[in-house]
Amino acid sequence: MIGCGFVTLAPNRLVSGRPVTLWEAGGAALVVAIAALAALLLISVFVTAQRLVNWAAALIAAALLLTTLAAAGSAAAQLAAGTPALARVSLGAGFWVLFAVSALALIDAMQRVEIGGPAKLAVVAALAAACVGMAEAGAFDALSLALEYRNRRAEFAAALGRHALLVAAAIGPALLVGFPLGVAALRRPGLQSPVFAVLNLLQTIPSIALFGLLLAPLAALAAAAPLLAAFGIGGIGPAPAIIALITYALLPVVRSTVAAFGSVDAAVIDAGRGMGMTPRQLFWQAELPLAAPVLLAGLRIITVQAIGLAVVAALIGAGGLGTFVFQGLGQYAGDLILLGALPTIALALAADFLLQMLAATTSRRTRP
Amino acid sequence: MIEIEHVAKVYQGRRVVDDLSLTIPDGALCVLLGPSGCGKSTTLRMINRLIPFDAGEIRVGGEDIRRVPPEELRRRIGYAIQSTGLFPHWRVEDNIATVPRLLGWSQQRMRDRVTELLELFRLDPETYRHKYPHQLSGGEQQRVGVARALAADPAVLLMDEPFAAVDPIVRDALQGEIARIHRATGKTIVFVTHDIDEALRLATVIAIMERGRLAQSGVPLEIVENPASEFVREFVGREAAGLKSLALRKVSERLQPGDGAAGEPIEAAASLRDALAAMTARRTDRLPVVDAAGNPAGVITLADLVR
Repeated sequence: MIGCGFVTLAPNRLVSGRPVTLWEAGGAALVVAIAALAALLLISVFVTAQRLVNWAAALIAAALLLTTLAAAGSAAAQLAAGTPALARVSLGAGFWVLFAVSALALIDAMQRVEIGGPAKLAVVAALAAACVGMAEAGAFDALSLALEYRNRRAEFAAALGRHALLVAAAIGPALLVGFPLGVAALRRPGLQSPVFAVLNLLQTIPSIALFGLLLAPLAALAAAAPLLAAFGIGGIGPAPAIIALITYALLPVVRSTVAAFGSVDAAVIDAGRGMGMTPRQLFWQAELPLAAPVLLAGLRIITVQAIGLAVVAALIGAGGLGTFVFQGLGQYAGDLILLGALPTIALALAADFLLQMLAATTSRRTRP
Repeated sequence: MIEIEHVAKVYQGRRVVDDLSLTIPDGALCVLLGPSGCGKSTTLRMINRLIPFDAGEIRVGGEDIRRVPPEELRRRIGYAIQSTGLFPHWRVEDNIATVPRLLGWSQQRMRDRVTELLELFRLDPETYRHKYPHQLSGGEQQRVGVARALAADPAVLLMDEPFAAVDPIVRDALQGEIARIHRATGKTIVFVTHDIDEALRLATVIAIMERGRLAQSGVPLEIVENPASEFVREFVGREAAGLKSLALRKVSERLQPGDGAAGEPIEAAASLRDALAAMTARRTDRLPVVDAAGNPAGVITLADLVR
């Protein structure tokens, strides 16, 4: 970890850099600080797990995470100070290993302290705020990633917004179509195998191939109906991207709807009917609340999946964070790829986390 | 009163209920008894229209049930089932108040009714009111299930093998409670079971069903002592029927005047089966009998039991 490069130094943004250790780049103080925190973390593993120890481990892991980030920024600043203006400092293997280890240690410790949802949310928010604060204060300014960001600040905000919009525009209709389809499949078991056969088939089509398949019909549609074209419907752009994302989301939506309502105890339904609940009352008061945790788990899956898939949509001009990924790939500029990839990962993790919290609150017992 | 007249139900070409006629008087505890698949549960579920029937007529309290909207009918008839069907996401009090809430009772009235029912089932209201079903034992869940069925004070209560899934000791206690509640409330209860002993213990009327048809109906003693067919004889248990009939008859029916028996006396209201058990345990062939007040009433001998 110490041996491999903590950061890399390249003469410009397009060539591969040479690894530089933290010792060389950031100085002894940072190395000592990180080593001390890592040693403490290691010790905490061998101490009998108590609530206090777990809290301490969580705190140390968080400190290690933030120190690692700060070290990367500081190393970059010191390296950049003595090099030509075109030189770039990127994050190296050592940084990523340290970052991943401290993040995993933090997650592990947080799970063991068994804190409630709101407290977890507060911890995550505090960490995020600390990162943003460090960025605002210019701690990362010398990193190549930050340079790429500064060059594309306006584009970045637009791409992030577009990405979220693509995902939302896909999930809404997927739920509107998939939920009733799932309920229909439950009411008529004969419908289940054809519905799942079609959805499974759609799921196996690779995304690029699906874009290709949609290109011709949508282009023809736009040509035939100028009004639709005015709304942005065309062979390329957001329309085929959203259609593809909806298509991929349908199977998980239908599947979790069927699983969710199928998991409701038949005796509960029988008792509800036998006591004189109308089908509507039974649905809203019993079936839906009892199915909600499984439904939300399904929503989590499709949201995370759609955030990831939407990256590919950039290929057909739909925009979003994928734009940077594909630009970066084209220019062989690794930090530009990261500029698209890292926010995508952050977005997916955030959505996953929030929906998990929501699922936890609904699975708590409710009152009629 | 529940009147079932020439009712039939055809399911996939099979007559699961075939020309069934049965009248259940007010205040009766009628047990529908028979092997699985004989149509007893189907019959029960036709009474609250959970299953539609193809022919005949069912009247509850003189009213043709097909003239009442199904939900309205079901809110007037209590319904308790084997697996309880308690709503797992509601507290005990919300579960019990299900039908009252559908009927639009006030909060205060629902609260009072829940308290009253929990007390009726000997569950401390303040302890149990706020629990969730998964926090209760099997027996407690079943009690709450029956309490829920009684919540809106229905004149008729339908019970579909309510105690089949609990262990024998709990089942015995629950049967005792149903007998007590039946005596205390005077409800008309229709009770489905495949357990002859449960039927003999609880029923005021037994209707034995065989492949969708009524094999015999009558008071328990009549079923045990005069089975109408080979099927009923078989179901009641041939030789074992003798013991069952002893359990249904009282010492007072067979006692003789006089004294001359020694030892602990037996009450005249006890069953002949209890007398037999006492004789066997004490290795004697005669027991002194006393009346409810404890005054000597006569003697019962082993020979009297088999008379």
